[in-house]
Amino acid sequence: MAPPPSGAIAGGAPFSLRSSHRHYGEKVIQILLGSCALVSVVTTLGIVVSLVFPALEFFAEVSPVDFFTGTVWAPLFDPASFGVVPLLVGTLSVTFWALLVAIPLGLGSAIYLSEYATSRRRVVLKPMLEILAGIPTVVYGYFALTAVTPLLRQIGIQVEIFNVIAGGLVMGVMLIPTIASLSEDAMAAVPQGLRDGAYALGADKLQVSTRVIVPAAMSGIIASFVLGVSRAIGETLIVLIAVGQQAKLTFNPLESIETMTAFIGATGNGDLPTGSTEYKTIFAVGLTLFVITLVMNIISIRLVRKYREVYD
Amino acid sequence: MTVRRVRAWMFQALMILSLAISMGALVWLLVGTFVKGLPALDMKLFTNPPSSVPEEAGARPAILATLYIAVLVLLFSLPIGVATAIYLEEYARKERWYNRFLEVNIQNLAAVPAIVYGILGLAFIVRGIGVGRVLLAGGLILTLVVLPTVIISAREALRAVPDSIREGGYALGATRWQVISRQVLPASIPGIATGSILALSRALGETAPLLLIGALTYVAFDPTILGPFTALPVQIYTWVKLPDAGFQQLAAAAIIVLLAIVLGMNAVAIFLRSRFRQKW
Repeated sequence: MAPPPSGAIAGGAPFSLRSSHRHYGEKVIQILLGSCALVSVVTTLGIVVSLVFPALEFFAEVSPVDFFTGTVWAPLFDPASFGVVPLLVGTLSVTFWALLVAIPLGLGSAIYLSEYATSRRRVVLKPMLEILAGIPTVVYGYFALTAVTPLLRQIGIQVEIFNVIAGGLVMGVMLIPTIASLSEDAMAAVPQGLRDGAYALGADKLQVSTRVIVPAAMSGIIASFVLGVSRAIGETLIVLIAVGQQAKLTFNPLESIETMTAFIGATGNGDLPTGSTEYKTIFAVGLTLFVITLVMNIISIRLVRKYREVYD
Repeated sequence: MTVRRVRAWMFQALMILSLAISMGALVWLLVGTFVKGLPALDMKLFTNPPSSVPEEAGARPAILATLYIAVLVLLFSLPIGVATAIYLEEYARKERWYNRFLEVNIQNLAAVPAIVYGILGLAFIVRGIGVGRVLLAGGLILTLVVLPTVIISAREALRAVPDSIREGGYALGATRWQVISRQVLPASIPGIATGSILALSRALGETAPLLLIGALTYVAFDPTILGPFTALPVQIYTWVKLPDAGFQQLAAAAIIVLLAIVLGMNAVAIFLRSRFRQKW
């Protein structure tokens, strides 16, 4: 946006903010940057294509009704059975225990950091929560199998070696930073005026936190829960290591079950003959997983946008 | 004390307790792993290949492969990620549908489970498109996994540069690219570095996508870019699955190495962020 030549004004010609000569290099750079942005579109396309076509081939061999309503999952046995319900129930069961830990602890940490902690404490405590988020999931899986399950047995809870509850609880710990940091963002976005108004009316911190801040930040807090659910459903290594690979239709947290991700992780490592129905199951389960998490993410993005619109 | 003050005090105690439990779990995990793994943490881990005898086994090929992967992911994700962020922040007009689509698409990709990226890799490798079950494929898949994170954090870093900097440049007659490359980008380097280091540390700890593209193999020799490979987190998974107590201890020792790499990078990122936080 170079200034227009001074002659343009003296001559009475239309005043233009455009540069007097074209910068072709500038256009090339813009196109280069734009094509880098296309990589993410190609990735999405690649994911959809790689999931949908094998899944369609799978559903040509196994009826979708049998797949989504069948209660026996035994794709590698003879006769094979492809009812995905046990995997869905298994995923749901682990997610439930994870959220039971992550929602109260994550929300509690967020309220403390946003409303109670002095800024000096926050500077120390927030990076420590971030360390929890930085620990690889294979480490959490190891921790669940070798530390939490033995502890549960010591205190008298008769769990199998692979069980839902140890994996679920540890996954909950993994999710605490996700829920805490998103919820805290939402609470920090609540205008100071709302706090000041409530304090001026004689409210204490408990009342301000629970009756003003949390309701005002609700859409952001719910978004953090939804994202937590999505991450719990998609988490693979913890369930693969600590929850096991036995597709059973049960909500009993003391037993071993199989989740969608554990099935994909355990089956997809190259032992199966390409093109067999068993092999295509990976993609059918993968597509189911992808669609579920996609819906969760869209809900979460909408909710975050909602609170940003209200307060920005 | 009134009932109200007791309630307020109890609530505050509960909030502190929830943070304390989270920290307690972290300490338990770290201390427990260190106590168990430290005896097995010796030079063998860095010099020996895996073996069926726990006393002989090491993780040299896996550690080397993880270092190679780090270089590959950085090499691919940083230029593409930063270029995408510059396009979206500095060039894209928000009212165009394709730019809004790009944005939503990246947000969604950021939350796609990592194992789904593994399926993407599997589909292309098995169909003969792509490079095969080799280290380069692992680097490419992990690049795709962390690319949305790199883009989102680079965008935040660019957005933090105030418009007055850009306008000052334009007022002096600079073109758009001159303003970006000489003013905006240098000012946002600490933010971009923080985000990229965090993303890279996530890539190095990621296991699930690598399982699907065949990193779960026995590799006894130093890896090459176009050869079979196993990465450090996959090696840990392999050892955790073996019932022998010796391998459990090896897993703990390898976890110490992995945590040192990953948490070390996290610490650098957090330090960069607090050191270079710029107030405009």
